[in-house]
Amino acid sequence: MEEFLQQLTNGLAVGGIYALIALGYTMVYGILRLINFAHGDLFTLGAYFGLTLLISLGLADHLNGLAVGGVLIVMAMGLVAVVGWLLERVAYRPLRDSDRLAAVVSALGASIFFSNAIMLVYGPRSQVYPSGILPSAAFPLFGVEVPVMRFLMFGGSALLMCLLYWFIHKTRVGTAIRAVAIDQDAAKLMGINVNSIIALIFLIGPALGGAAGVMVGLYYGQITYDMGFSFGLKAFTAAILGGIGNIPGAMLGGILLGVIEAMGAAYISIAWKDAIAFAVLILILIFRPTGLLGERVADKV
Amino acid sequence: MKDTSPYLELRNLRVKYGNVEALHGISVRVNKGEIVTILGANGAGKTTTLTAISGLVKPSGGGIFFEGKPLDALPSHKVVQLGITHSPEGRRVFGTLTVRENLELGGFTRRDKEQAAAILKWIFELFPRLEERIEQLAGTLSGGEQQMLAIARALMGEPKVLLLDEPSLGLAPILVRSIFDSIREINENGVTVILVEQNARAALKIADRGYVMEVGKIVMDDNADALLANPDVQAAYLGGGA
Ligand SMILES: Nc1ncnc2c1ncn2[C@@H]1O[C@H](COP(=O)(O)OP(=O)(O)O)[C@@H](O)[C@H]1O
Ligand SMILES: [Mg+2]
Repeated sequence: MEEFLQQLTNGLAVGGIYALIALGYTMVYGILRLINFAHGDLFTLGAYFGLTLLISLGLADHLNGLAVGGVLIVMAMGLVAVVGWLLERVAYRPLRDSDRLAAVVSALGASIFFSNAIMLVYGPRSQVYPSGILPSAAFPLFGVEVPVMRFLMFGGSALLMCLLYWFIHKTRVGTAIRAVAIDQDAAKLMGINVNSIIALIFLIGPALGGAAGVMVGLYYGQITYDMGFSFGLKAFTAAILGGIGNIPGAMLGGILLGVIEAMGAAYISIAWKDAIAFAVLILILIFRPTGLLGERVADKV
Repeated sequence: MKDTSPYLELRNLRVKYGNVEALHGISVRVNKGEIVTILGANGAGKTTTLTAISGLVKPSGGGIFFEGKPLDALPSHKVVQLGITHSPEGRRVFGTLTVRENLELGGFTRRDKEQAAAILKWIFELFPRLEERIEQLAGTLSGGEQQMLAIARALMGEPKVLLLDEPSLGLAPILVRSIFDSIREINENGVTVILVEQNARAALKIADRGYVMEVGKIVMDDNADALLANPDVQAAYLGGGA
């Protein structure tokens, strides 16, 4: 019971992060049928922006831990959103009407560019978030002492996901985003500026990825220039698990993957942690290629 | 009497798909308040003509003018803002959105809430079925209901000119009648209509004037009554005698 609760809460904390990153992949895919391979690196960038802000602004001297975390996340979201917007302008928009492969190559190039740029600026070794920003206390859950930080992680990602869900489903612009994902030409005939919607997607997705980056820094305390690769791959798996192009699917897929991975590490073998995640991916691709919630056959190629 | 000042005009319009020219320089003139129908067999270029007006495809030559100003350099969403809305071939409703959401999107460029409510009221008078199905997903509607929704959605944009691409396609005869009645009523409310149809007889009955297209060219244009009475039109498009 103790082990189960520990792994469940750990899995939820990590799964929330996967879900936040997965949303960026799935939203871009839903609109452009493009895998934004640079998305994992935008997540990393968020972690580094957060670290730089934390140190240079001396936030920790003035605010309590929770407020520091919140401010950092919001600021990193804004900065990464700007980078995401530029990425779309520079690397994807000029290739919108060309061969699909060109956009894929451009995405891979952007990914290499970002991870190398981060390595050049911050160095190849891992960087450390100052410890003790978030409370390290434990909370007794059914008599089991669970670190409070896990609740904060899951709460933070759940809050962002609720905001996104509200925006997509309850606002005029959110409805326009869904329309563009269904049929771009029909959306244009409604008077929707499809280019602005695509730009908006490249603000929102990277912002969520950037938030996840800061959360990882705060949670694990250590960040590396290439961590976007493994987190990105897991999040991409989560997006496919839930049904790529499907927003609730990415949320569910991320959380499920986090929990499956944590349980697998505990009850099967920690050495198999990554293998379990990818076994899940392969099983999904074989038995339910559209993912758990993906009813729509996304492939319109 | 209908105003006859030039309103929407296609001048020698050419459109290419890759290297293949689909419109070989067509000229069409639509006066304010008219219903103009464009007839022709499959592949004649009717849909291309409408998508060029809406800016979904760009002309390779000639021009499109609305109220005297060129349209052909504008992106589609600007054309909608100017008051030209389009109910496309095959309806293209957003199937996983509700009827209400589809209608809201139709009014995307119009921000006046009271005006939108008034149009919605009118739409529910035209198509009471839509009000009954307002919270239903558009993809679950019947073909006829989807066609009503596609037209209603275009009306939500408060059009000065409404482009309709084969609104009767695939509908039962009784529904075709009611759709054409609605088009006439929309026109009587001051909306200029360009109606692309394969159902030539029904279209000519409600139209003021008509153009006949064959493989990317206009081969005939006349008043609707004259076209209905024309033996060539009867033979080719009205299935023999009228
Ligand atoms: N997207 C497209 N790409 C290439 N050719 C097209 C495209 N759309 C239409 N065409 C061609 O242009 C011509 C006119 O088509 P269209 O405008 O759809 O005719 P209609 O609406 O009268 O049936 C046809 O020969 C058709 O094959
Ligand atoms: Mg057609």
